[in-house]
Amino acid sequence: MSLLSFFGRKASAGVARDRLQILLAHERTSTGRSDLVALLREEILAVIAKHVAIDRDKVQVKMDRGESVSTLEVDIEIPTPTPVKMAV
Amino acid sequence: MAKVLVVTSGKGGVGKTTTTAALGAALAMSGRKVVVVDFDVGLRNLDLVMGAERRVVFDIVNVIQGDAKLSQAVIRDKRIETLHLLPASQTRDKDALSAEGVARVVRDLREKFDWIICDSPAGIERGATLAMRHADIAVVVTNPEVSSVRDSDRIIGLLDSKTEKAERGERMDKRLLLTRYDSGRAARGEMLKTEDVLEILSIPLLGIIPESQDVLKSSNLGTPVTVGSPTSAPARAYLDAARRLIGEKVDLTLQEDRRGSLFGKLFGRRAA
Repeated sequence: MSLLSFFGRKASAGVARDRLQILLAHERTSTGRSDLVALLREEILAVIAKHVAIDRDKVQVKMDRGESVSTLEVDIEIPTPTPVKMAV
Repeated sequence: MAKVLVVTSGKGGVGKTTTTAALGAALAMSGRKVVVVDFDVGLRNLDLVMGAERRVVFDIVNVIQGDAKLSQAVIRDKRIETLHLLPASQTRDKDALSAEGVARVVRDLREKFDWIICDSPAGIERGATLAMRHADIAVVVTNPEVSSVRDSDRIIGLLDSKTEKAERGERMDKRLLLTRYDSGRAARGEMLKTEDVLEILSIPLLGIIPESQDVLKSSNLGTPVTVGSPTSAPARAYLDAARRLIGEKVDLTLQEDRRGSLFGKLFGRRAA
């Protein structure tokens, strides 16, 4: 290992181990509801849709799973209310 | 009492079928009555790896649907008298396996054999869950590679929740079989080490099968590696693993190819 680092080659197995440990810690906690992001997305959208009309295509949900903290980023475009046109 | 063993992995191409054939043959060579069962309906390959592809008449789907008797579908190995194969169907899809049908077949096999080794299809769908459903013990085949380890973790979760044993509140006996292991690359930090995989998956180790040309040679010839090249490194590793399965204490020594490394370097790329 030290000889390899001396020649500038970084061992990739350590990176693989660390990535797996973080990933699996998350996957194990969400067992049974493997698609947590999709679930959260639907519930959050339902709450917002109760109050505002939203375009489902204008919603972005991002999840970043970190070792100690994860973040869920929900970006919803709320249209500016336009005056209701009178039906003719 | 008969034991039902499932060979599973989640990921495809990691060596489930090779392992089923090698362990099945190893257990049968010790005199036990063994049947290897292919659950990969639609993509059967255990027959090919066992060298019995030309002798398949009936399959597990025929038995389940009542078109053939179990004794008509089970093929006896030509080399080892106590080794048998129950092939999968090649023309149906996985829905052709019913839960009750599989339960009945496994129950009937338990009466005739000491070991029933179920070769699971890849994935986590019906075929894979049916293959593990009645198992007493599971061999989780894993390559020292990130996607394989992740899928094994998922399969371990299923073994602990979707099997009869788990539903009865019992603990499933799960063993890790690390395949395609290259000790040189692991030592150089280029490949996950055995300890890394064990720490992540936290199930006991059944064995380490070294990466070897003998495995491909065996499947080319349609002979389980433990029968065709019993002194090769992977065969010795499988034979050790089989002894551990029957409860023997076998020290875990990494089986290496006996050809010197220099020889390997000079001639390693030559066709076997």
